Amino acid sequence: MQKNEKSRYIMAFFLLGACVFLFFILNICIGSVRIALPDVARVFGGQKSNETVTRILWDIRLPRATAVLILGGALSLAGYLLQTFFNNPIAGPFVLGISSGAKMVVALVMVFLMGRGVRVTSASMIFAAFIGAMLSMGFVLLMSHRIHNMSMLVVSGVMIGYICSAVTELVVTFADDADIVNLHNWSRGSFSGMTWESVRVMTVVVSASFLAIFLMSKPLGAYQLGDAYARNVGVNLQLLRVCIVIFSSILSACIVAFAGPISFVGIAVPHLVKKLLNTAEPIRMIPACFVGGSAFCLFCDLLAKTILAPTELSISTVTAIFGAPVVLWIIKGRKA
Amino acid sequence: MKNYYFSTKKMCVGYDNKPLIKDIEIALQEGESLCLIGPNGAGKSTVLKSIAGQLRLLGGTAYIGKDDLSKIRADELAKRMSVVFTEKVKVELKSCRDMVATGRYPYTGWFGILSEDDERIVDEVMDLTHITDISEKDFHKISDGQKQRVMLARAICQEPEIVILDEPTSYLDIKYKLEFLLLLQEMREKKGLTVIMSLHELELAKIVSDKILCLRGEYVERYGTPEEIFESDFIQRLFNMNEKNFFGNEKLLAYMKQIGKYER
Repeated sequence: MQKNEKSRYIMAFFLLGACVFLFFILNICIGSVRIALPDVARVFGGQKSNETVTRILWDIRLPRATAVLILGGALSLAGYLLQTFFNNPIAGPFVLGISSGAKMVVALVMVFLMGRGVRVTSASMIFAAFIGAMLSMGFVLLMSHRIHNMSMLVVSGVMIGYICSAVTELVVTFADDADIVNLHNWSRGSFSGMTWESVRVMTVVVSASFLAIFLMSKPLGAYQLGDAYARNVGVNLQLLRVCIVIFSSILSACIVAFAGPISFVGIAVPHLVKKLLNTAEPIRMIPACFVGGSAFCLFCDLLAKTILAPTELSISTVTAIFGAPVVLWIIKGRKA
Repeated sequence: MKNYYFSTKKMCVGYDNKPLIKDIEIALQEGESLCLIGPNGAGKSTVLKSIAGQLRLLGGTAYIGKDDLSKIRADELAKRMSVVFTEKVKVELKSCRDMVATGRYPYTGWFGILSEDDERIVDEVMDLTHITDISEKDFHKISDGQKQRVMLARAICQEPEIVILDEPTSYLDIKYKLEFLLLLQEMREKKGLTVIMSLHELELAKIVSDKILCLRGEYVERYGTPEEIFESDFIQRLFNMNEKNFFGNEKLLAYMKQIGKYER
């Protein structure tokens, strides 16, 4: 039995890792201009090659694919944390309105700063998004104190999401025209226009959070048994709750700041990964969710870029097509 | 003063700073078992949760040995006291063995990986509680009676000195009820456990406990041995039953009187 389990984990991680690798390569090769693998190899091998190809690869494709890899993982992990926290299989940063809250504050800050001609740095964007995420999270927590019905919690999250999106739309509509196009794309969710500077910032934030969350895997496992048993085995519940709220908000904020709100990844991926691993144990789920999220987002971004090329689809359109059925599947599974 | 293993002095319990029951005095020797009885809503669960450190005491002190319960660190207490509560546990994809193994939490390292010793203890406890045969079954797919066994095994895996159980037999049919209590008695003998639990079944409380605490609303109605509790019409008064309630149904009347009696 034990040996079987172990080989299953190894296989699962291998499979997920292979998907990430494959989709990463495809993302680099495919785009508005198709670049053949040998050319890619030549550029990264440091050999002389076509100036345009080099520019496209280094300045556009590679930072974008890296960002998708990091943010996709972060998104899935944030979803997993929130599902554990609320003990609700369809909780996630998007459903609970956390992404939208972050989006709203970022839009407000951006429009305000850009209107005054101030350049907006990635760090300040993350900070603004974090404030917004915490605001929404605070509201959801307040509601969860009052109502213990999980479906009502999700409904209130969706409502918060609508309110925040409406405010964002309003702000974007009144912003200066030049910025609107960018802002509008971003507010619908998109991985385009990633720079190396952004990638650096998100790498630091996401890997630090990932490490912290991974270190929490033991108490998270006990938390799954419910408050009473968790407390009985010596878990400091208050501290753990605060940590979960903060780290899921940081991750959600980071995603929104760079790519806008992206739906369904946070719900669908942890669920699929759980089925793949056949366990819900955090110590295995945390890394697997991250890798799974990366693979899923790389795959979706590839489709977003190619289906209607040269027009790019918003990433949420693609993630919804693949993610929403999974949610329906979860709900159906619950009833049975 | 005798050396009691578990005792409380003027303990006051309740929610949100509102005292519910005051002046609870319990004194148990090592290996003894205490049963809490009383009408619904009398605060049995509140007392148990307070003793288990889940609720802050609103007054007085509880002691394990000579140590003040509220001053013992959570991770230390976890090695001395474990619980079996009524709340249904909602876990996914956990085998019964995984569930039992969660009791090793206080003993494992930072990542909670079981050592060989831990694995051995889990196996031993599963053997003792007769659940080895369902070891690999999904925790959600076993019967309520088996679940209670697994939860007890989980509690014993924690290697406690004292176990707190909140109505452990409530959802079980009569066979499982008796089996569970038998198992609990077995564990007490083998591990020298002190047991504090609440029971709805008075006739069982009479048999399995050394001490009984009768709760009714704001105060402790009575505390003593089963002989002291099950005498004359005390039980009838505790549960507020009188002959008029039964509208002359002779059989129920006889049953009511039978329950209140102590025979050995």
